[in-house]
Amino acid sequence: MNLHEYQAKALFRAYGIPVPNGKVAFSADEAIEATQSLNGDKVIVKAQVHAGGRGKAGGVKIVGSAAEAGEVARAMLGTHLVTFQTDANGQPINRVLVEETCDIANELYLGVVLDRSLRRVVIMASTEGGVEIETVAEETPEKILKVTLNPMTGVMPYQCRELAFGLGLKGDQIKQFTKLLIGLGQLVIEKDIALVEVNPLVITGSGDLLCLDGKINIDSNALYRHPDLVEMRDKSQEDERENRAADWDLNYVALDGEIGCMVNGAGLAMATMDIIQLSGGKPANFLDVGGGATKERVAEALKIILSDDKVKGILVNIFGGIVRCDLIAEGIIAAVAEVNISVPIVVRLEGTKATEGTAILNASDLNLIAAQDLGEAAAKIVAAVGEAK
Amino acid sequence: MSVLINKDTKVICQGFTGKQGTFHSEQAIAYGTKMVGGVTPGKGGQTHLDLPVFNTVRDAFNATQADATVIYVPAAFCKDSIIEAAESGIKLIVCITEGIPTFDMLEAKIAVEMSGARLIGPNCPGIITPDECKIGIMPGPMHMAGKVGVVSRSGTLTYECVKQTSDLNYGQSTCIGIGGDPIPGTNFIDALALFEADPETKAILMVGEIGGTAEEEAAEFIQSHVTKPVVSYIAGVTAPKGKRMGHAGAIIAGGKGTAADKFAALEKVGVFTVRSPAELGKGVQQATGW
Repeated sequence: MNLHEYQAKALFRAYGIPVPNGKVAFSADEAIEATQSLNGDKVIVKAQVHAGGRGKAGGVKIVGSAAEAGEVARAMLGTHLVTFQTDANGQPINRVLVEETCDIANELYLGVVLDRSLRRVVIMASTEGGVEIETVAEETPEKILKVTLNPMTGVMPYQCRELAFGLGLKGDQIKQFTKLLIGLGQLVIEKDIALVEVNPLVITGSGDLLCLDGKINIDSNALYRHPDLVEMRDKSQEDERENRAADWDLNYVALDGEIGCMVNGAGLAMATMDIIQLSGGKPANFLDVGGGATKERVAEALKIILSDDKVKGILVNIFGGIVRCDLIAEGIIAAVAEVNISVPIVVRLEGTKATEGTAILNASDLNLIAAQDLGEAAAKIVAAVGEAK
Repeated sequence: MSVLINKDTKVICQGFTGKQGTFHSEQAIAYGTKMVGGVTPGKGGQTHLDLPVFNTVRDAFNATQADATVIYVPAAFCKDSIIEAAESGIKLIVCITEGIPTFDMLEAKIAVEMSGARLIGPNCPGIITPDECKIGIMPGPMHMAGKVGVVSRSGTLTYECVKQTSDLNYGQSTCIGIGGDPIPGTNFIDALALFEADPETKAILMVGEIGGTAEEEAAEFIQSHVTKPVVSYIAGVTAPKGKRMGHAGAIIAGGKGTAADKFAALEKVGVFTVRSPAELGKGVQQATGW
């Protein structure tokens, strides 16, 4: 689960990590009030969306008065921000962050992430702040400094000093950096954070460290023990169909193609997408019905797939283990009864109760195309969609 | 011969009297697995499925000398259950549960390593040696005792491997589902080393997917340590960047972990790769000349 910048900064503040003074505003009036309560001649108004590249897309503006802040907020709120990280529709802006500005002497990068091969949390720091870290990693990997955390001790002060000297920090900055990093390490562990990025971490004109941006991704598996973080969820930033699927314990990801897929198991679901493409079609989605597929959930899955107008055909690929193919068959029949399905459906049932499932489908009046194996199933749906055109 | 488990492997179940534990223990017993008991705190002394129930894993281990344990407890309690198993002296721990927080696994994995035990999973179908021992949720009947070692990050793709190698009458020596999480207890390299050392395993079928660098690391290991033919498929060529594809570990992050990278790394070291998941069996046939 992703957090907004202002939410990340609130967590930073709670862990003693320096951030600019600022307030979130849900309306132009709130933006005006926020500006009046802040210091300085200028404030910065930042659109709060779950996507990077906001500055270049016009989602970040520096203004000189409260009235101007109100105007900028009014212009932003209720619109969608399209950046290089979003799709063509962009992300809805329903809140802005109004913040004090500062002089910037230098921009650094700081990130904390799990290294899967090392099975340890790793802190990355770089003097190349303010740009895409992936680009730095590709072009000048030597400019990314790393330390690996010992799970018994967490961040050690010596590791902070190593990074600080490597970044060219001096005097009191080294102390500030150590305090910042120890706080960040605690935050990551205590809140089950999968990724935190501060880009840029700046050295201000007066020589102090300040986190100008903050990006946090939380381990969704751990949300059950963080009710405070669950409350921060902004569903408007997430895909509506993906959320609807999640409410039914279905894993759904929308893609650009025209062949919808309903599969059990994440690996097989990806493999089904791959074989559709290999057979000359384009998958419309990833959908894993999971291990506990009931009739109702299968029906809902089909409805979600069909809510995408681009879908011109559906491939159902079930390899029954815990999932019983007879229940899947009943779910398909229930869904067809509820929604008017006019696109071709190819069904491949294998494994637990596959014979019973196939018999149920054959006994129905539904216009389904049966397939024996994965290769045949993919070829048949691609052909059926081709004919329908 | 086989890998890790055989007909003599004594197995207990943690979460024994729960719905999942009960259902899958019944299935395992029906398959011929030597189930010797189970653990449910507070129900020690009772009998379930004609087997003794214990309050703690230590009690169960002391009474049964179990070789392996299978864990069907909810995700929030798995770290505790895995570490309890490891520190009670059991040598093989199979955790089926999906959805365990990553930091829980990071710590549990360290405890398992310190104890000298081996963990398979979590978020996996388990491990099976056909006709001898089934530990996990895979459907038994489609398996066939034979000569292909199967290792996969995905449950249902393991089933595809099994079906396709059974259809060709090759059968399987052992199938290991290592699971779809970012921190698996057993990784590809561990499984490859086991299959390489097992005389009954004549070829290895390895199924990976997007996310992380486990397949790339496996490729390096194959180059220097594996002499048997390895056939591989990677799921997720069509997966978009930055989206988690069901499994917690299946995500292309920061441009790393694409299927293309993994195919390239495996092909570079002479692994026979197939681009279609319908050709897993055919790949084994072509790679081995059987």
